[in-house]
Amino acid sequence: MVQLTLPKNSRMTTGKTWPKPTGAKNLRKFDIYRWTPDDGKNPRVDTYFVDMDSCGPMVLDALIKIKTEIDPTLSFRRSCREGICGSCAMNIGGINTLACIYGMDEVKGDVKIYPLPHMPVVRDLIPDLTHFYAQHASIMPWLETKTNRPAKEWKQSIEDRAKLDGLYECVMCACCSTACPSYWWNGDKYLGPAALLHAYRWIIDSRDEATGERLDDLEDPFKLYRCHTIMNCTKTCPKGLNPAKAIAEIKKKMVERMV
Amino acid sequence: MRYMTARKRAEGKGAAHSGTEHHWYMTVSAVGLALIVPAFVYVLGSTLGGSRDEVIARLSHPAVAILFGLVLFVGLAHFRKGVQTMIEDYSRGTTRRILIISTTVLSYGLTASGLFALAKIAI
Repeated sequence: MVQLTLPKNSRMTTGKTWPKPTGAKNLRKFDIYRWTPDDGKNPRVDTYFVDMDSCGPMVLDALIKIKTEIDPTLSFRRSCREGICGSCAMNIGGINTLACIYGMDEVKGDVKIYPLPHMPVVRDLIPDLTHFYAQHASIMPWLETKTNRPAKEWKQSIEDRAKLDGLYECVMCACCSTACPSYWWNGDKYLGPAALLHAYRWIIDSRDEATGERLDDLEDPFKLYRCHTIMNCTKTCPKGLNPAKAIAEIKKKMVERMV
Repeated sequence: MRYMTARKRAEGKGAAHSGTEHHWYMTVSAVGLALIVPAFVYVLGSTLGGSRDEVIARLSHPAVAILFGLVLFVGLAHFRKGVQTMIEDYSRGTTRRILIISTTVLSYGLTASGLFALAKIAI
């Protein structure tokens, strides 16, 4: 059966409350998940106070400030700071999103930050995305052709190119897949919204010549049909994409082949 | 612990090349049930409070018997496939297989008994 409670070694404990910065008047409280594989202890939630008068507006600004000024052991991924790389995906106030483009004014009350749900944790806010990336690789995220390569380039009409809008923008942050209950329970087999959105991006590409093989590889009760249109993926996508629609379009193509 | 590459783990045993039929059947049967269940509920409701003879006379009508037969057959097939999906979502291994077999036996059993009862009333 699926595990509906956290295993004993994953249950959270109360962590350290770090001292408030002296002289600060505009403080905001941050509860942040902490875990390290080094000490063999259970995860804990540490409390930090950040002076908002000397902090940027985004959640990532606060995390960087905490790491720089309060606790250098706090670990999290970050890179571009503008929602392009997808590194800083985490669960903020119960929502999977990118810390760099999520404003602190969007969070009511204390800011609670956890790693992406239902993923193995490497350390603190860093989830292990190895399986997620391998699933992405399994859908062959590249142009597959059989015709000899043209002298210049594979041509595409403006209309066909427009079909890729809303798909190519995915930054593989894993917010959608880790918000999906089907992915939580059957993530070993179910490809999840991110990989399926990418699969559709190549299925719909007018230049790709492996549509049949791509559909064959997806036709499976678990790889594709674990999607039950829960729509958490679309609701949480920090880039405003619609993975649920992409999955529905794949299902439509499957039916078109049959009926 | 098995030493496997992440890619091998993700590929698993490959695609089963099935599932579309299941998906299409559930879509079609859902539309069908949305049409026939209101009629079924209306006819069943209209028999409430009647005497045994009145109820049997109503259910003996060919159109009513066919409607009830359809609801039984399509409804329980929809139930079987829906529950199978639910079982696949939440259970694994041998438990999953036993539960799917049990549901299949239960739904076929209920369909057969229901159709037999209908036939006995109608014929």
